[in-house]
Amino acid sequence: MIRVVLPHHLRLLARVGAEVQLEVEAPATQRSTFDALEARYPMLRGTIRDHVTQQRRPMLRFFACEEDLSLESPDSQLPDSVASGAEPFWIIGAIAGG
Amino acid sequence: MSNVRVLVGTRKGAFILTSDGKRQKWDISGPHFAGWEIYHLKGSPVDPNRLYASQSSGWFGQIIQRSDDGGKTWHQPGTPAGEPTTTPEGMPKAESNKFVYDTSPETGKPLTTHQWFDGTQHPWEFKRVWHLEPSLRDPDIVYAGVEDAALFRSTDGGKNWHELAALRDAQGSKWSPGAGGMGLHTILLDRTNPQRIYIAISAAGAFRTDDGGRTWKPINRGLHSQYIPNPTAEVGHCVHHIAMHPSRPKVLFMQKHWDVMRSDDAGESWHEVSGNLPTDFGFPIEVHAHEPETIYVVPIKSDSEHYVHDGTLRVFRSCAGGNEWEPLTRGLPQENCYVNVLRDAMSVDSLDKCGVYFGTTGGQVYLSADAGDNWAPIVRDLPAVLSVEVQTLP
Repeated sequence: MIRVVLPHHLRLLARVGAEVQLEVEAPATQRSTFDALEARYPMLRGTIRDHVTQQRRPMLRFFACEEDLSLESPDSQLPDSVASGAEPFWIIGAIAGG
Repeated sequence: MSNVRVLVGTRKGAFILTSDGKRQKWDISGPHFAGWEIYHLKGSPVDPNRLYASQSSGWFGQIIQRSDDGGKTWHQPGTPAGEPTTTPEGMPKAESNKFVYDTSPETGKPLTTHQWFDGTQHPWEFKRVWHLEPSLRDPDIVYAGVEDAALFRSTDGGKNWHELAALRDAQGSKWSPGAGGMGLHTILLDRTNPQRIYIAISAAGAFRTDDGGRTWKPINRGLHSQYIPNPTAEVGHCVHHIAMHPSRPKVLFMQKHWDVMRSDDAGESWHEVSGNLPTDFGFPIEVHAHEPETIYVVPIKSDSEHYVHDGTLRVFRSCAGGNEWEPLTRGLPQENCYVNVLRDAMSVDSLDKCGVYFGTTGGQVYLSADAGDNWAPIVRDLPAVLSVEVQTLP
């Protein structure tokens, strides 16, 4: 089970609280996590990754275990503590003005 | 008695203002979609309770919202409120925010590039929906004008969108962004000819199709733009907005980057009608609901100073279809005012005494219930207003 913490606006869109829990097959990656997230909350498709290129939207960043994973390959494995649900995976909007 | 519903898009959410036909007491609901940029909302002429809204954010991209009850509740098309968002097989019901440009069927590559600020060619990249135009005949058909400039259409109530890509054949490689981006912001549907659509793009110009979008032609003859290498080029003009009275679909009024223009032949040719305006730079232009020769503009100082002239907020009205303009000031601030009125932020109702409405970048929404003679704010402290659309309800 993977825990994903969403930014405020995406919580409202998906009508969920701050954190969602997803079942993701091992080995868990960013890609498989987002696939699972978007399958469960299709209203989030296109809001985190581009519909076509699947690239991270430029003003979003991904963090886990106090590390910035934004520039990691989408197919690299998530840290064990995230894959086990001990630590959450954070999606954070860049601070870029009001 | 008729009612009026005013749909206001702002930098930080949408607001809906409602009143009876007297237009004196207003109820204000909102913010809907708080914190998001709402470039535009518009209702279906066929089913006024069917509203479409463009919700966007630099962080999270584009969302399309739809209401089927006049704005009381909203949902992303394909995922009605309270219902599962996926099919029993787990597939998304729709992809209402998926705006994907057509590619070459042979190569799979992008169809065209456009001109970038520095003159180099640049691929089309979707940014946001600037304008939504519901069909005059079917509430499930709606057009979207987007940045980078293209026209999309949905025939299923906003669930899925497809580009009318032939528009880019109209010299798309020569189009370039204006300061605010390369947006398709104006969509005018001809009530008498369902095959005819006018659109306008900053900074490419005006275009028309007479076959429902299969082919398009530039309609910019007569425009003169000092700021482009060839001032009378067939494309490349920064058209800010075009207005049309529904009873005379061949007569068009245009507010260009500079110049107010008029066409009497469906855009085949244009002539300037700026006349005695203090400055002919501005964004909105609108036509009186019952007098097709009465038009309204809100001039601002210049392209580099986007606020009203002399610190005074003045709407200018021409009752002669242009050239002779009178300032309308009663009830509007006449000192220390430095707001702007954006291209989609002016609209009219169709009550007997035509109401004229506009919103400002300072967050005020003003109404004149007597065609411009007297003005008063409906609300004055909203976020910056991006769009104003008015529905006159039975």
